[in-house]
Amino acid sequence: MNMNGSPLNHGAAGVWAACILAAGTAGLAILYILAFIRSHRRGRSWPPHRLILWLSGASAAIVGILASSPAQAHAGFVAHMVSHLLFGMLAPLLMALARPVTLLLRALDVTHARKLASLLKMPPLRFVTHPAVAGILNIGGLWLLYATDVFGKMHANPFGYLSVHGHLFIAGYVFSSAILGNEPNPHPSSHIFRALILILALAGHSILSKYVYAHPPAGVPASEAEAGAMLMYYGGDAVEALLIFFFCRTWYVAVRPRPRLPQVKG
Amino acid sequence: MLFVEIMIRRTRKQKGFLAMDLNHAKPNGSNGASAAFRFRSIGSGALFGLGFVAFIDETVFHQLLHWHHFYDKSTTGVGLVSDGLFHAFSWFATLAAFFMLSDLRRKNGLNAMSWWGGMLAGGGAFQLYDGIIQHKLMEIHQIRYNVDVLPYDVAWNVIAAAMIAAGILLIRSGKRARAARNGGKRR
Repeated sequence: MNMNGSPLNHGAAGVWAACILAAGTAGLAILYILAFIRSHRRGRSWPPHRLILWLSGASAAIVGILASSPAQAHAGFVAHMVSHLLFGMLAPLLMALARPVTLLLRALDVTHARKLASLLKMPPLRFVTHPAVAGILNIGGLWLLYATDVFGKMHANPFGYLSVHGHLFIAGYVFSSAILGNEPNPHPSSHIFRALILILALAGHSILSKYVYAHPPAGVPASEAEAGAMLMYYGGDAVEALLIFFFCRTWYVAVRPRPRLPQVKG
Repeated sequence: MLFVEIMIRRTRKQKGFLAMDLNHAKPNGSNGASAAFRFRSIGSGALFGLGFVAFIDETVFHQLLHWHHFYDKSTTGVGLVSDGLFHAFSWFATLAAFFMLSDLRRKNGLNAMSWWGGMLAGGGAFQLYDGIIQHKLMEIHQIRYNVDVLPYDVAWNVIAAAMIAAGILLIRSGKRARAARNGGKRR
């Protein structure tokens, strides 16, 4: 239980920030459904299991927001960690597996699809979607949040809450997507390189869990920090096992035996 | 150290095979493909062994017996980083090893003796690293608290060394078995 004045205790002022997040997530779910329908209408079918992945991801995100919304401030650091696992890790992974960019390219007409494709090729976007950069933004963001006083300040105003959570979600999504490499990419990284980045990111997450265990963020009681850190460590392992599994699966599909094509001599 | 040297020498010798496209290779076809499959069998086994030992460590010693501590707070920064890297690597290795194993099986390239050899050697190497470097040099945590830890340390590291030795023997006999098979065919 948090007493008044703890960083996890905020007034009703922060509730609307959580509402914006939840509404944004619901909006993403509706957009995907619209793109799914449009792609089918244009005669390009899209596997329904990806729609289910996207909707499960959106649901996980909303549950995560509710678990640690400012209205639930009494729930404390453990609830915040539930939110981190659901909203920052599981939801982005499920949504990355749904391949939204590929679906969007299919749903749009040719002119708009080309515009989107050239937008995706722009240097700033290519930079942040590189697996190494995405990994640093994702894990580095978490270190900033828990190992500095950002965690305390985040709860001081709704904009802090909104920007931190927005970053956690987007960085989690871009990282999952970059590791899976399942969207169109003119310069894909090799599997071995992505495996290396994935391992370093996992290590960064588990080291941070133990750091939080020993050094509670400002205002978090030691017992709550310990329980939250262990949830972060083992819950993180569970979500990361999913990411590793689907990453390895992309390798398994890529190296499948194929009949050799006839050699062209000339 | 000897083990590491052997592995490095082997890697160097077989660099050519590593880059080989095995998607169309037949396991008993050329010598090169066969050696590459054997090398991958060792690799998959070693990754699995490493992950398996880490898994036993986590479930048996941390969760069931509560001998190990999650984090005993006297750990240095280096110890924490080493622990985190190994935790991540072993988690990844376990799952990756299964996919490599299925890949070898669907290509008919699994060399079972080499796989088991790799598994024992990989698992032993990780246990030795954990027992000597992480427990003793970095002092991340001890095997057991409030008892004389020496017998535990000795047992831990002797088992690790025995696993490595058995693994190397199996890897060697896997190589010999393959050589005998290929030799027989050539004649």
